[in-house]
Amino acid sequence: MTRTSDLLTLTPAGLYCPPGDFHIDATRGVARNLVTHAHSDHARGGHQTVMATEETLDIMELRLGPAFCRLRQIVRYGEQITLGDVRVSFHPAGHILGSAQIVIERDGFRVVVSGDFKRAADPTCAPFEVVTCDAYVTEATFGLPVFAFPDPDAELAKLLGSLALFAERTHVVGAYALGKAQRVMRMLAVAGYDRPVWYHEAIAPLADYYARRGIDLGDIRPVVDASPKALAGEIVIATPGALKNGWAEQFPDPLIATASGWMNVRARARQVGVQLPLVISDHADWPALCATAKDVGAGELWVTHGETEALVHWATLEGINARPLDIIGYGDEDAEPIMEDAA
Amino acid sequence: MKAFATLLDRLSFEPARNAKLRLIATYLATEPDPDRGYGLAALTGSLKFRHATPKLVRVLLRERVDPVLFNLSHEFVGDLSETVALLWPEPAERGSPPSLSEVVATLETTSRAAFPAQLTLWLDALDRVGRWALLKLITGSLRIGVSARLAKTALAQVGDRDVGDIEEIWHGLTPPFTALFAWLENQGPALTSVNPAPFRPPMLAHPFLDRDAAALDPTEFSAEWKWDGIRVHAVSGQCGNEPCVARLYSRTGEDVSAAFPDLMASITTDRFGAATLDGELLVVRDNVVESFGVLQQRLNRKTVSTKMVAEYPIHLRAYDLLAEGGEDLRPLPFTARRARLEAFVTRLADPRISISPIVPFADWDDLARIRADPEAAGAGINAPAIEGLMLKRRDAAYVSGRPRGPWFKWKRDPFNIDAVMMYAQRGSGKRSSLYSDFTFGVWHAGSDGDALIPVGKSYFGFTDEELGQLDRYVRENTASKFGPVREVVANADQGLVLEIAFEGLNRSKRHKSGVAMRFPRISRIRWDKPSIEADRLDTLTAMLDQKRTAATATPITQARP
Repeated sequence: MTRTSDLLTLTPAGLYCPPGDFHIDATRGVARNLVTHAHSDHARGGHQTVMATEETLDIMELRLGPAFCRLRQIVRYGEQITLGDVRVSFHPAGHILGSAQIVIERDGFRVVVSGDFKRAADPTCAPFEVVTCDAYVTEATFGLPVFAFPDPDAELAKLLGSLALFAERTHVVGAYALGKAQRVMRMLAVAGYDRPVWYHEAIAPLADYYARRGIDLGDIRPVVDASPKALAGEIVIATPGALKNGWAEQFPDPLIATASGWMNVRARARQVGVQLPLVISDHADWPALCATAKDVGAGELWVTHGETEALVHWATLEGINARPLDIIGYGDEDAEPIMEDAA
Repeated sequence: MKAFATLLDRLSFEPARNAKLRLIATYLATEPDPDRGYGLAALTGSLKFRHATPKLVRVLLRERVDPVLFNLSHEFVGDLSETVALLWPEPAERGSPPSLSEVVATLETTSRAAFPAQLTLWLDALDRVGRWALLKLITGSLRIGVSARLAKTALAQVGDRDVGDIEEIWHGLTPPFTALFAWLENQGPALTSVNPAPFRPPMLAHPFLDRDAAALDPTEFSAEWKWDGIRVHAVSGQCGNEPCVARLYSRTGEDVSAAFPDLMASITTDRFGAATLDGELLVVRDNVVESFGVLQQRLNRKTVSTKMVAEYPIHLRAYDLLAEGGEDLRPLPFTARRARLEAFVTRLADPRISISPIVPFADWDDLARIRADPEAAGAGINAPAIEGLMLKRRDAAYVSGRPRGPWFKWKRDPFNIDAVMMYAQRGSGKRSSLYSDFTFGVWHAGSDGDALIPVGKSYFGFTDEELGQLDRYVRENTASKFGPVREVVANADQGLVLEIAFEGLNRSKRHKSGVAMRFPRISRIRWDKPSIEADRLDTLTAMLDQKRTAATATPITQARP
């Protein structure tokens, strides 16, 4: 009988499937790497073969250069691939454009690696697909019950309300360059915000890429096209790294907002000097982590990174056999890097 | 309640004074009576009702949330009110949330026995921001960085008045301040009651920098010690035919009179009359000024026992005289005010009130020598209670706020040692969820050879970026965990050296090392330095002996009850 540990083990490079001879989201160079999504902590360079969705591979090339690996293999959502002794397929994770869960199957025994995921609606990517399995390998970036995220549209309304009260201040919104920035732009367009939305240069290649993939980000313009003074009362999207380096100081009396799940906890918002925290996350919150662990029906739960302790405790109370992996290299700040430079 | 909760939420993240003023003024101008009046009362600390204890709040939540998940959450979030607000289970159907007036009125009348059920009803009816604001309101201080003075300034803006006008009439008004709002919005008669002992914000100093020494003429300045206590204004008004009204104000205008009945007796005498003294609160025993650690025993108290008064005798060291006999002295130059002050304090002949002596000096180099060794320069055994020097322009008027030019502060250089990080703990408040409280040690010869011995704990001095690096270092170099504390790998081969700056050193029987640092902070992270090259305990004890050759003051740690 197949056990989870037959299909998945931990090496210094991260998760490894011995019968398929591949890694998933390896943190150092390996022969064959399957990548869940293009955020830099999960999608690193230096591998021989990288297998991922077309969007993930495109974005890796944008960020790491065309020579980021020797061979690329595009996988479509739902497509069945045989690697060694196992069958592998990719399914939407709802995290960012192109993000996937990876399913490994042998002899009817199925393991799902969630990568980073969310269940909340996101107009910029395909929604999370529930894949039932025997063992579920989940993230737990926000694996504490204090992370029950509010309605993202209500958070966006806070930004628009502040703009009405402080109409002369530039509202600079920190958002991770890949995924969050485009989601906020799309949400503003959907909310009927009719002024241009300005963005930091580092976001440009990814905003262009999303637009090329047919995602309407509204009237967006690079900040370099305007004088900073002219952006009084406007919304500017910036990377967290730019905010940290005082980039926002060029604007008239800037008001610093940040869109991140970490903004759910006041101390985290204060640590980075945010005046207007917007709880808009690309990760599953606690209720979604718990609901998903139940929805997939797995008897075994592995927790890769994040606040693993609470989720393992909860799962144990629920009668699910759970263990923390605490993989070094993902997670914490990196998953939604409020303290780090965005790549 | 929603508007008030939203206001507190925004204020808690907003550091800029003008933005805070706009947020408060907008709230006060748009919320209806009486809610806005109770909101103003909350911001100015004027609400008086029985507070819910953190214990009750914890009990209510424990009935609803698994204890392990509660503890992990509390450890991560730091603040109890916030943890409970975030963890409180959302009811299937939400009742209608209470208004702020309803909350205040109910709190004033609800019995202790009925309170838990009432609180549960409210928590079920409010959203998470509402729950957080309610818990802040009823568990005590708001801690959102808004002083009573700032709230009154915003109120003055609503009526296009000067904040002084509000201060003058504030005394005697009660929530929900309906008549006050009516007057400010020209809907009602003017309020004329005069505050006989108003708060006048103190004058503050800028740090004295090298370029100041180069640019300024020393003969234009007078120097005095900067005492390490609490800056206060002692204000007395309407003496003579009327009964005396006296108040002791902190530098932010909080009325701290109730904690210092011993000093209040000294400023409500006929000899004191109607006067305003600017000075420093100190604990003085047998003519020895005690360190700040001793004074701390008397701070943040609403009332004070007679035992406390006897054990920690309070003293006012006078710096300046702002008003005397109803006359405003603030426009006079410093030298003139100083002459009036000397005469005033001499005439008082009160052992609780003394004058802060002038420190004579020839030039800036001479003053630098004095600063380096206050003990030899006349401070004697009181040197440990001296933070540095104050420089005041002789011709300068007393100006509220921090004007550039007339006043400077020149603090003593801190001591420095290199220590090794030994333990880390998650911080609280701004730092919760990150390992930010560090215990550090120095080398000491033990029975099994050299070992690290803890000498202090610090949670600041580093930048937010460095905090991120320290947090990661702790996570990746954890030797073991004890609840919220992590033991960090620290031995002769491996360990992180922290350069620690501190203001003073005392002998301590409570600490294994025998020393206690005052105000230690992490001045540099020595990623480059091998742990074995950190300082030894002998270095610290030598500093202690050197400092104490002439001093006979009681070490603070022995003075604690």
